[in-house]
Amino acid sequence: MTSTLATLALVLSLGQNAEQAAPPAEAGRGEARAEREEAGGHGSESAAERREDSLGDVMMHHVSDGYAIEYPGICNGHFAWNCELDLREAFGTHVDEATGKATGPLVLLGGKVDLTPTKHVVMMWIAAALLLTVALVGVRRRSLVPRGLYNFVEVLVAFVRNEIAVKNIGEEDADRFTPYLVTAFFFILFMNLFGLVPFAATATANLSVTVALAVFTFVITQWTAIRSMGVGGYLAHLTGGVPKSLWWLWPIMIPVEFLGLFTKPFALTIRLFANMVAGHFVILALLGLIFALGTAWIAIASVPMALGIFLLEIFVALVQAYIFAMLSALFIGSGLVHHGHDDESGHGGGHAAAGGRSPNGSHVAGVVPDMGSRAR
Amino acid sequence: MGPNALAFLGAGLGAGLAVIGAGIGIGRLAGAAMEGSARQPTALGDIRTSMIIAAALIEGATLFAIVVCLLLALKP
Repeated sequence: MTSTLATLALVLSLGQNAEQAAPPAEAGRGEARAEREEAGGHGSESAAERREDSLGDVMMHHVSDGYAIEYPGICNGHFAWNCELDLREAFGTHVDEATGKATGPLVLLGGKVDLTPTKHVVMMWIAAALLLTVALVGVRRRSLVPRGLYNFVEVLVAFVRNEIAVKNIGEEDADRFTPYLVTAFFFILFMNLFGLVPFAATATANLSVTVALAVFTFVITQWTAIRSMGVGGYLAHLTGGVPKSLWWLWPIMIPVEFLGLFTKPFALTIRLFANMVAGHFVILALLGLIFALGTAWIAIASVPMALGIFLLEIFVALVQAYIFAMLSALFIGSGLVHHGHDDESGHGGGHAAAGGRSPNGSHVAGVVPDMGSRAR
Repeated sequence: MGPNALAFLGAGLGAGLAVIGAGIGIGRLAGAAMEGSARQPTALGDIRTSMIIAAALIEGATLFAIVVCLLLALKP
């Protein structure tokens, strides 16, 4: 799926890197026109500067973060497809030409922390504002029998609660975590889909954004585990189930288990980031093929393929948001599993068995407890 | 061969191998899903959902490799 096409995109961009002369200066103007109807609508170089970029550079420029937002509009007195709004100017940050130091109201700690919003930050704000608008407008008319937008919002929230939260966390604890899971799911979904709109960018294609989301999940998971097991129990599980009699294994187990705590958020980060970047990269590579090969006849094959990838990207956006929320719920649920250890009688069916996992299973991978406690 | 050429070579080979892994993994997954749903058509919906989730997870692992290859290929 995505990875096959990401490989194709990589090969194409490797090929273009070699021919620096290939993307001619007319790519700057022609690209904006040709891509206008297409999946991207990505305006390329601004009309003011004619840079001789290779295709790889143009692709990286579109996918990565920056301080300029491009939009179609009137600038310099005439209509252009890619007027630039420089965010540094908008927020008053001045970068000294010689030293490269930044100064301004949003630069803190003497130039070390630059809080000037970048393109992806602005996209996050817009996605958040959109999500808040939809949610708040939807719940304005509350009634027991939902109608209209409220009904729609309720269907989605109920889906997240029943399919994701209850199945992975269990019936009685799901409501504590449903707000976070709903937020994560919809925020990621909106950000992903927002990147497919022309002239907008995918905020989740930025490693910092996905790292922040994974850190939220990590903090919630560990906090939940500590709350349900106590600090002592939590630390005891860092030994990985190795009993006290084998204490000399602990210096090996504990660092490994500690590092193992971080692999899951790391995987969450990279999975979301790479899926989003790969989709955009493939579209850009396919459309850039038109310019790299120089003829317009390639467009007959290239544009439908790019359209197909675009539809795949919509699907991937949905799936990745779902996967992120589901894995977050799974991690939270596996931290909660010791909650019902002591009072089995009432809680035998309380814990969800996700994918065949035993309800009173220990969190140590591979250990399957015997079901003797059921027969009590 | 200079370091740039080796980096490009590594990127290309790595991406190709990563896709082989993804292809084999997802192919087997899809085959098992087909077989399972042929044996029990009533479970088709559940099998389809689980298949998509598992495919996304396998893709995630593959895209680790792709990210590394992109880092190799697109650094000057």
